[in-house]
Amino acid sequence: MSLPSYWREIPQRYRLEASCCTKCGATYFPPRVVCSGCGCRQFETVNLPETGKLVTYTIIHVAPSRFVDQVPYAVGIVEFDGGTRAMMQVVDVSEDKIKIGMPVRIEFRKLYSDGEAGVICYGYKAVPA
Amino acid sequence: MRRVAVIGIGMTKWGELWEKSLRDIFVEAALLAIDDAGVDKIEAMYVGCMTGGLFTGQEHLASVLADYLGVGHIPSVRLESACASGGLAFRHGFIDVASGMHDIVLVGGVEKMTDVSGDEATYALATAADQEYEVYSGVTFPGLYAMMAMDHMNKYGTTREQLAKVAVKNHKNGSKNPLAQFPGKISVEDVINSVMVADPLRILDCSPITDGSACAVLCPLDDAKKYAKGKPIVEVTGTGHATDTIALHARKDLCYLTSTELAAKEAYKMAGKGPKDLDLVEVHDCFTIAEIMVTEALGLVEKGKGGKALDDGLTEFGGKMPVNVSGGLKSKGHPVGATGVAQIYEIVKQLRGDAGERQVKGAKVGMTQNMGGSGGSTVCHILEVK
Repeated sequence: MSLPSYWREIPQRYRLEASCCTKCGATYFPPRVVCSGCGCRQFETVNLPETGKLVTYTIIHVAPSRFVDQVPYAVGIVEFDGGTRAMMQVVDVSEDKIKIGMPVRIEFRKLYSDGEAGVICYGYKAVPA
Repeated sequence: MRRVAVIGIGMTKWGELWEKSLRDIFVEAALLAIDDAGVDKIEAMYVGCMTGGLFTGQEHLASVLADYLGVGHIPSVRLESACASGGLAFRHGFIDVASGMHDIVLVGGVEKMTDVSGDEATYALATAADQEYEVYSGVTFPGLYAMMAMDHMNKYGTTREQLAKVAVKNHKNGSKNPLAQFPGKISVEDVINSVMVADPLRILDCSPITDGSACAVLCPLDDAKKYAKGKPIVEVTGTGHATDTIALHARKDLCYLTSTELAAKEAYKMAGKGPKDLDLVEVHDCFTIAEIMVTEALGLVEKGKGGKALDDGLTEFGGKMPVNVSGGLKSKGHPVGATGVAQIYEIVKQLRGDAGERQVKGAKVGMTQNMGGSGGSTVCHILEVK
């Protein structure tokens, strides 16, 4: 992960900042500058709610190199209250307790350590609500 | 628009080709296609390759490949649409000939994946997903399809056994394909007991890492008789291409492939055909669940019935609608950029009546469906022989 790229995405990774179309109300995470629903280019910044439900998930057993020390781990798609969705890890719950439709809360967590210096990359993860 | 024919096809043996480089593999397949067509010149070429850069460190492939093929200074284009790069190259070669710009066009696909380690290959393939909002979370490509499978199983009751049956069927088909990477037959138990990759997908639910290339030569239909030398003339009667959101989570329906539905509709409309008119289909079974979802999006079965179709034997060789008689990506292999052109290779072989042991009797109309990423792009083609 390059530093400028990590820095650029801090508002989303740390604060769940999304953009809401001022015309049709569609919310985009990550933010966009053109609404793919109505074509509008006017948005206001909103923070996503920190609660939602799990709509699908998997348990990763073969991981990319930076996540190898975490296997097995769960990754799923969370639908925030209001309908916007995002991909994230599901933690603090044993694999067999994870179910589609399960209510979750979003927490700020460490994702992995990057590079030889072990720089810590943070982001959001889901935990059972 | 001019009508377009495929007059030549060529494909290398697929597998771990340690002794051959990316350019070696491509040139081998291209020469087979050129010789099959019986042409003495190529006016332009289009080549699909997902990521020569990450797999071999080589970009600027359009020039590298034209140079090593010895075709002089002709215009050469490299196209990238992840695993749909090959299908896209074929489509743009078709558009070139149809437009009247060139008369003899070479299209190809190539990927050299085994020069890097498994970890590096996983990383390279994951660049077809949303790097910032999918891959950052630790998800892998099998992981994305696993989530689609979970959703499909939850919504429609698709079973673990039905997923396995896709792999069993395609390996059985591939056992009759001398160019396949993994021609060995497997059982449902083999699949269900194989190593877990991303629940519910196991290693035998996944297509392999492969080196390989496939090529085809296109010309105007009116000129095809000059070159075909007694071979049945195969016409490209339909082409379709559509895209979808790059991130899986941005789609309303997580287990429906909208890009495939739209690309297929465009191809059906152009050819004046529908699912019932097809004699065989080659689809993008990068994972077992993918074939199930694709059969639904192509309209071969109703939405949600893709799993049941396997219990009924609908898509088997000898079934009503044979799917992946070549062995598919699962058994034949999946050199990502080459797959779309290899699907064309199979359909042309079948329509020529030249597919040997795996020949679908009396095949007149065939379709291909080649997909990028988790369905962010799809290219479909319909080919016919009169």
